[in-house]
Amino acid sequence: MAAADKIVTTTGLLGWVDERFPLTKLFREHMSEYYAPKNFNFFYFFGALSLLVLVNQILTGIFLTMHYKPDAASAFASVEYIMREVNFGWLIRYMHSTGASAFFIVVYLHMFRGLIYGSYRKPRELIWIFGVIIFLMLMGEAFFGYLLPWGQMSFWGAQVIVNLFGAVPFIGPDLSVWIRGDFVVSDATLNRFFAFHVIALPLAICGLVAAHIMALHEVGSNNPDGVEIKKTKDPVTGHPLDGIPFHPYYTVKDLFGVSVFLFVFCAIIFFAPEMGGYFLEANNFIPANPMQTPPHIAPVWYFTPFYSILRAVPPVFESQFPGVACMGLSVMAFFLMPWLDRGAVRSIRYRGAHFKTWLALFVASLFILGYLGTQPTDVWGRFGEGVPLVGGSERATWGARLFSLVYFLYFILMPWYTRWDKTKPEPTRVTG
Amino acid sequence: MKSVITVLAALATSLAFSMSARAHGEAQLDHAPINPTDAASLQAGARTFVNNCLNCHSASLVRYNQLKGIGLTEAQIKENLLFTGEKVGDMMKVAASARDQREWFGNAPPDLSVEARVRGVDWLYTYLRRFYRDPSTATGWNNTVFPNVAMPHVLWNLQGMSQARVEVEHGEGHEMKTIVIEPPTGGSMTTAEYDRTIADLVNFMGWMAEPHAIERRNLGFLVLIALSILILLTYLLKAAYWKDVH
Repeated sequence: MAAADKIVTTTGLLGWVDERFPLTKLFREHMSEYYAPKNFNFFYFFGALSLLVLVNQILTGIFLTMHYKPDAASAFASVEYIMREVNFGWLIRYMHSTGASAFFIVVYLHMFRGLIYGSYRKPRELIWIFGVIIFLMLMGEAFFGYLLPWGQMSFWGAQVIVNLFGAVPFIGPDLSVWIRGDFVVSDATLNRFFAFHVIALPLAICGLVAAHIMALHEVGSNNPDGVEIKKTKDPVTGHPLDGIPFHPYYTVKDLFGVSVFLFVFCAIIFFAPEMGGYFLEANNFIPANPMQTPPHIAPVWYFTPFYSILRAVPPVFESQFPGVACMGLSVMAFFLMPWLDRGAVRSIRYRGAHFKTWLALFVASLFILGYLGTQPTDVWGRFGEGVPLVGGSERATWGARLFSLVYFLYFILMPWYTRWDKTKPEPTRVTG
Repeated sequence: MKSVITVLAALATSLAFSMSARAHGEAQLDHAPINPTDAASLQAGARTFVNNCLNCHSASLVRYNQLKGIGLTEAQIKENLLFTGEKVGDMMKVAASARDQREWFGNAPPDLSVEARVRGVDWLYTYLRRFYRDPSTATGWNNTVFPNVAMPHVLWNLQGMSQARVEVEHGEGHEMKTIVIEPPTGGSMTTAEYDRTIADLVNFMGWMAEPHAIERRNLGFLVLIALSILILLTYLLKAAYWKDVH
């Protein structure tokens, strides 16, 4: 019997469990004997915080599902019923709606950490790829969930995005009808989006998060210096000299990070749940009305950079498909990061001016595109008629085109500027 | 690290820029002088709302007995706010169907349950005080905040009527037309009284749009105090564990 060969040192109830399930083994491998670099900084809180927000979304989501009605005739009222008559329903709903925006904030910072410290590079390519898939799923999750309150922005946002699929050559119109289950966004659409939002995507996200963490624990964490701690081990214990056990060191450190995060999170929930219209939009307090298009349809803030790219690309042969394709590519480009980066070092600490400049340009264009995506395209007015080439056209559209170009050049030129970069020598040990 | 800080500073600046740009370009509104914890004001507003607004506008997400939240007893609600045989557990609906209303008014009056979250209390406060006579519209009324609004001035007998005249200014090669609104005359209330009535009404509509807002803020203080203590404790815990990490 194979089970008899295994040596169990624990006793009592834990021993009984360990003989039947690798509880102590799992705890050691992933917590108390998982050696993480000791020099994690501020940016290393956001992985754990993403997990916290995921748990928050699932728990609050379960309670919302108990009272929400996925029915076009009663969805809007059922959300308000939760806000008014369900005990602490307002709190649960605000935790969920604020959690959606918080999820993107922590995930964007988590991704930014990866970009500055080269966390996507060999041997962590799969961690990164799982992460980008989680990001894609999260975008889907947010999009499907946003339809559920059945307000004007829910309805018209979904209408605009599903119509994008109509731009796909040949099969487009049929494809968008197939997605909606109707010719317009309707009860059928609401029901299927509900199914995707409460079961399909959360299930996929949880599985991918598990894969993301398993891949991480297989190769070990990167750190702000970008050096491998496994290269310098204690000759006696065999543990990395610059590593400390995740538990208790990073569990207590993350507890502190969680407390600070919760403070900010609760400050928003209790004092500014609408966040000036960025987390909950005023127009979404108007029930969905298929007969009345709002004058200005804008997605929620976390989608606006990609929406800007979509709007910036001019139609080709009267087809919107190039814009749709560029929007898709703007997210898909992240998949290629591990192979685009040819730098001699991982961390921004030892990179040269090229990398830093392009990263700064990328982040700046992301923010400017994000801002423009919340605004109508004429927000900066028009060029004068006399201006060559662009006379009479919208300034903001040209701005969005310029910054979309910068956004893509960050990826396209990466193999060259990372290789040409004058990097500093990496230290052999982490620098604290 | 320095370059990271530079990048973050750039982020913060562009964020601040986008926030201020958003606030810019909205119509000039009067600040609504309301206190959401003033029960007398909320109750006065409820009375104005039920007497004047609830004839055409529903508030169908609000149950009459939820008005206990502004300090009314069930008996007071029954006595003062139920006129046409509604039960105290009914939703605040109107008798007319949206279909009929569309036929009568050209537009179904919107449900007002969450209107204060759509428009904002300042918008409502300004809008309800800016009606003027305009013979060119179907109702004979117009509004400077919501031009060509379908609703007539329902509270005109309280505020009185404002006449409007067009002033034409001849400049060099152009003329500028401005609509000048005269102060209202003939109302049963003084301007101060009318403004107070509207402020109370708007206060009530703000409560109705989010009945748990006060509870939310009160609980928020306790939560943030508790979390501050947690931050301190977890910081000390982290420092204690990390003593030997160099």
